[in-house]
Amino acid sequence: MAARPALAHSAPAWPTGPAPRGFTALAAAGAVVLALAVGAAHYMEERGHVVTGMGNEVVWGLPHVFAIFLIVAASGALNVASVGSVFGVAAYKRRAALSALLALALLVGGLLVLVLDLGRPERLVVAATHYNFRSIFAWNMILYNGFLAIVAGYVWVNLERRFASLATPVGILAFVWRIVLTTGTGSIFGFLVARQGYASGLVAPLFLAMSLAWGLAVFLLVQGALARWHGAPVPEAFRLRLRRLLGVFVATVAYLTAVLHLTNLYWAKQAAFERFILVDGTPYAFLFWAGWAGLGTAVPLVLVFHPRLRGPRATAMAALAVIAGAFAQLYVFIIGGQAFPLEIFPGYAASSDFRDGAIAPMSRAFRKRFWAWGD
Amino acid sequence: MRVMAAGLLALALAGAAWAGSRAPVLDAPRGEKCVEDAATMRRSHMDFLRHQRDETVHRGIRGARHSLAGCVECHANAKDGAVLGSPSHFCQGCHAYAAVKLDCFECHASRTRAAQAGRQARSP
Amino acid sequence: MNPIDTSRRAFLGRTAAFAGVALAPGVLLYEFAAAREAGQEASAAVRWGMLVDTTRCASGCTACVDACNAEHGVPKASRPTDAQWIRKVELKDLRTGAVRSAPVMCQHCAEPPCVDVCPTGASFKRADGIVLVDRHTCIGCRYCMMACPYKARSFVHEPTTGQKTDTPRGKGCVESCNLCAHRVDRGEKPACVDACSAAGHRAIVFGDLNDPSSEIALRVRSVATSQLRADLRTDNGVRYQGL
Ligand code: HEC
Ligand code: HEC
Ligand code: HEC
Repeated sequence: MAARPALAHSAPAWPTGPAPRGFTALAAAGAVVLALAVGAAHYMEERGHVVTGMGNEVVWGLPHVFAIFLIVAASGALNVASVGSVFGVAAYKRRAALSALLALALLVGGLLVLVLDLGRPERLVVAATHYNFRSIFAWNMILYNGFLAIVAGYVWVNLERRFASLATPVGILAFVWRIVLTTGTGSIFGFLVARQGYASGLVAPLFLAMSLAWGLAVFLLVQGALARWHGAPVPEAFRLRLRRLLGVFVATVAYLTAVLHLTNLYWAKQAAFERFILVDGTPYAFLFWAGWAGLGTAVPLVLVFHPRLRGPRATAMAALAVIAGAFAQLYVFIIGGQAFPLEIFPGYAASSDFRDGAIAPMSRAFRKRFWAWGD
Repeated sequence: MRVMAAGLLALALAGAAWAGSRAPVLDAPRGEKCVEDAATMRRSHMDFLRHQRDETVHRGIRGARHSLAGCVECHANAKDGAVLGSPSHFCQGCHAYAAVKLDCFECHASRTRAAQAGRQARSP
Repeated sequence: MNPIDTSRRAFLGRTAAFAGVALAPGVLLYEFAAAREAGQEASAAVRWGMLVDTTRCASGCTACVDACNAEHGVPKASRPTDAQWIRKVELKDLRTGAVRSAPVMCQHCAEPPCVDVCPTGASFKRADGIVLVDRHTCIGCRYCMMACPYKARSFVHEPTTGQKTDTPRGKGCVESCNLCAHRVDRGEKPACVDACSAAGHRAIVFGDLNDPSSEIALRVRSVATSQLRADLRTDNGVRYQGL
């Protein structure tokens, strides 16, 4: 949903032209989604988190799948701007502002989901005034706000001719910042030593690769849609360059994901967890193979590297498939990682009325999905 | 819901004030004196409470003068043992009148220990 | 209503309320011999802990759980969204087939992962080793629940009713076993410990791990005890015997 108003807002930043057809319809659709989101958030505020399907074992649910997607993609949406400013490539530079605006919109959307999902969102000022500097979460709050400020500054210097000379240094700062930001987002999970699904040094690099792929996919989709509305197609050479880049990023994610699971399989104590995620956990194994490996990795790789599929439609399909795969991957990672029982009593079979030793349930996914979509 | 109720109460009280009556009549407290003199309490009870909150929760200081539980024990309604529930209940009455949100009792017991145990609402 | 009873309660209530002004009378000091005096803070010289003797803990007995629920006004848990401060876990040794039973609650780690991850510092460790959530600064992000190795924390998913004076609790915050801080501060033992003794099992020993002459310190020195997930080096205040 964050991406949608983004289209509307960023339209003026695009090469001149009359207000595109369908703009009003798009704005109206955005408003409807926004209204649904506000309604859903209010509903949860009144009743509490019981309506979400999360519980005391799966404590981060679908809202976090969406939020993390948006936040990770935000950093990646800055790719084009980075290539333009950091490496000085003109074709990219021309689209830097769109890239940066998209990054802003995605991040704001992601943060909004996170904030609305807090148990006490009205205490946001507490979060702003009480910092625990040992908490990766607290660092991330600084990183997110810094990102917003720097990227907003970047958009400004890009649009104001007077500041043209500043575009490169601010661009470089944004580039460095966003790498740190994604590392920070990955570390939220990577440092959770208690849980088998997360504690790994590979999580942060994996998140970096994911951000590159997902952000670029979102950018390609938005760019393609804008071009159609304006009736001014994206130059073919440029599109094909980005398309190839998307292929490389998707392959990188696939490689790092494979390494993560293979290293886990190497340690005997992780074998049960890997079996759960890759073989018999429902729906996690299915989502992993069909959703992420198939739809999210194999399909876009074919669409991107098949010599006959060079049209804009194939590119858009590839981007869509990457995004669908991203949700599957995050679902498996975030929810699957919590559903697997914590190993509190090694060497014992444990049971309790709090499902020790058992897979945690997920319930009423529908309402939760509805709610997360809203944002 | 509670906010709405508070809003309505405030409106009603405002209406009453306009009709000529003045500040709400609150349940009479127990004892002779408050933990500070009444004027100080009216002005600064939130600061005392906030300070006490950190002292008790983080440093473990108990039995303190500005304890929130203490306020409830003295200021509860003599019949139902509560500080909330109607425009004459001590905390709610004044807060609705002053239109200041009071969310402490989402968590904190708004009734005396005796009332919770089903005994006489308030010690005399 | 017994009039004598009432006036005594009134006296105690008033004393508690005024304890900061007037020194507590001798009766009070006698009655709560081990309690800290009013106005005195928790001491870092003390480290409160519990020892659970799994050889004495009876399978199927939930006296500790029931007592905890009653003490803190926490409804009995039945759904995944219900709060669990303490739970009974039934264990079967995978090699020998031996069965054990044990309560699991917040382990009151010396190096608590929940405190490290909390963005606002609402999760904290009191000077005497009790790990708590300051519900006045908790924003309900649930990162601590992700970090806890013991599933010891619960998020309050719904509005609460019928809270006890000593255990405020409400929607949108994370909570967990507080080692009955209010009782410990009065010089009493946690409710689960008393209930276990009352049920005749005496499977939980409570005391100061730092005091060499305390029963818990003696036991920890003389018998083999273990900490859950000792590999994480969180140095738990709750120890288990017979696992
Ligand atoms: C020992 C019993 C006692 C305790 C404990 C106590 N009060 Fe009072 N309070 C009184 C009495 C009696 C009065 C009225 C006497 C006076 O005017 O001094 C009063 C007056 C007040 C007033 C002024 C009311 C008015 O009508 O203007 C406020 C406000 C107040 N208390 C708030 C509190 C708060 C907040 C707490 C907890 C920190 C508290 N009290 C604790 C007994 C108590
Ligand atoms: C989300 C739940 C929650 C809310 C809301 C809340 N508290 Fe608390 N409060 C607690 C808990 C839990 C304790 C710890 C109780 C203990 O250890 O005895 C506590 C303790 C306190 C104490 C020390 C104990 C006492 O009775 O003196 C004070 C003072 C206090 N709170 C004040 C407040 C005030 C004022 C507000 C409203 C602005 C408030 N609290 C709102 C949960 C809450
Ligand atoms: C005589 C009127 C009066 C009474 C009685 C009263 N209050 Fe207040 N209270 C106020 C006013 C007015 C404010 C707002 C002061 C300000 O913001 O400067 C306030 C503010 C507060 C705050 C801070 C609220 C916030 O959101 O910052 C707390 C906490 C509080 N009161 C608790 C209590 C409790 C508990 C009681 C009952 C024991 C009580 N009050 C009784 C008038 C009253």
